[in-house]
Amino acid sequence: MQDFINSFKFVGNNTHLLLTKTLAHLEISFASIAVAALIAIPLGVWLGHLHRGSFVAINSSNIGRALPSLAVISIGIGILGIGFLNTMVALVILAGPVMLTNAYVAIDEVDRDTVEAARAMGMTPTQVLWRVELPQALPLIFAGLRTATVYVIATATLATFAGGGGLGDIIVNQPAYGTPGVIAASLTITVLAFAVDGLLNLLQRVVTPYPLRKRGRIGRADATAEIQLDAATS
Amino acid sequence: MSGLSTVLVPAAGGPVIPHYGGASKCIVENHQFCASWFFDNFSTRFEPRLWEHLELTAIAIGIGSVLAFSAAILAYKANWFTTPFSLVAAFLYTIPSLAFFEIMVPITGINRTSAEIALVSYTLLILFRNALAGLQGVPAATKEAAAAMGLTPRQSLFRVELPLALPAIMAGLRIATVTIISLATVAAYIGAGGLGEPIFDAIQTGFKTEFIAAGVMAILLAIVVDIMLVGVQRLITPWSRRRVRVT
Repeated sequence: MQDFINSFKFVGNNTHLLLTKTLAHLEISFASIAVAALIAIPLGVWLGHLHRGSFVAINSSNIGRALPSLAVISIGIGILGIGFLNTMVALVILAGPVMLTNAYVAIDEVDRDTVEAARAMGMTPTQVLWRVELPQALPLIFAGLRTATVYVIATATLATFAGGGGLGDIIVNQPAYGTPGVIAASLTITVLAFAVDGLLNLLQRVVTPYPLRKRGRIGRADATAEIQLDAATS
Repeated sequence: MSGLSTVLVPAAGGPVIPHYGGASKCIVENHQFCASWFFDNFSTRFEPRLWEHLELTAIAIGIGSVLAFSAAILAYKANWFTTPFSLVAAFLYTIPSLAFFEIMVPITGINRTSAEIALVSYTLLILFRNALAGLQGVPAATKEAAAAMGLTPRQSLFRVELPLALPAIMAGLRIATVTIISLATVAAYIGAGGLGEPIFDAIQTGFKTEFIAAGVMAILLAIVVDIMLVGVQRLITPWSRRRVRVT
């Protein structure tokens, strides 16, 4: 308990250290998420639009989740050596599959009647994708992005073993920073994860077309969505 | 605070980069992967770790299931219990694993107990939410039919509702198990054993073969267990071959 109280003093006394490490943490997290999103979401959307490759698209998130992050980083060190690149590759591998599955399911499950109606009105496949399927699918695609982001921010802690920096540096250096430092750093990671999740939630509401917004409920639906998705896809 | 630093130092007497003296060129030059070293050392350095890893996972899932399923049944019967338990479980779930393990060290020491406490905590949220969702997904009509046939509430729970919730429960078990296999690699940081040990060993020595061998083994373990659980799931819930929706 004393350690817990001291951890707040630690935040006060080491603000600069925490800020530097937090920035490094966010840098590696965002770089990885951006790369993973750029690969996984278009691929998922494309497969979903064609209604093809369901087995791969749906099971990739199961495999992605099964991959032990430390093991991926370990193989990365063996092949790529220590550094930013290794951590980033590992985080991309871990974050991509969830986004791929969500993007696929989101597009694949857009109401077929709606799509047919759009086609009957003379829309080209590209128009159907951009004007009908994507707007409908956006909430679920975002849910995948949010799940992946929270996961990456938590896992980026392990980047410290690959020399990647971030808040994990404080966590593994208990001899130097003491238990209060460890608690302070882990609290920072938790706060970061929630804050970024909240921001993405806001962004999701902004980009969701008005009629599709769920009013009155800005819950943290990602964890539930993930579990429901798992129950749905297993 | 105790000798955490000792964990970071290779065990006394243990090989640093193994067998430097008569080592093959592959080991001395630290090539990408020295297959002969791996096969020579599999039974002494890797196989025991594999079993330790399974044991760590099984204990965590066992204890976690008892706690989470009891809590889910309680929450199913008494609704008020859902929120406090979910909040505690969600809080535990958000603690970064590395930090959780380390925070346990001053309390319960550098050992397996510390690791298990953290691992059990991580199972709770997943198992609880899925079990509760499964139970709440049982159609009211089914429960009424069970009651109309004269089943007591207890009989209805064990013979009708729980079996119907099984697909969701199994889905939760599967996610929890792979999650724990993943986190158990990190548990080696506080000397809990498992496949993380050779990984941390390799971080000390920089021996590439060990990095890759241990990493690949941990990944294969997770994937094999995941596939086996899908098999078990299909065996015990043959009626749910098609998609199961839990809302």
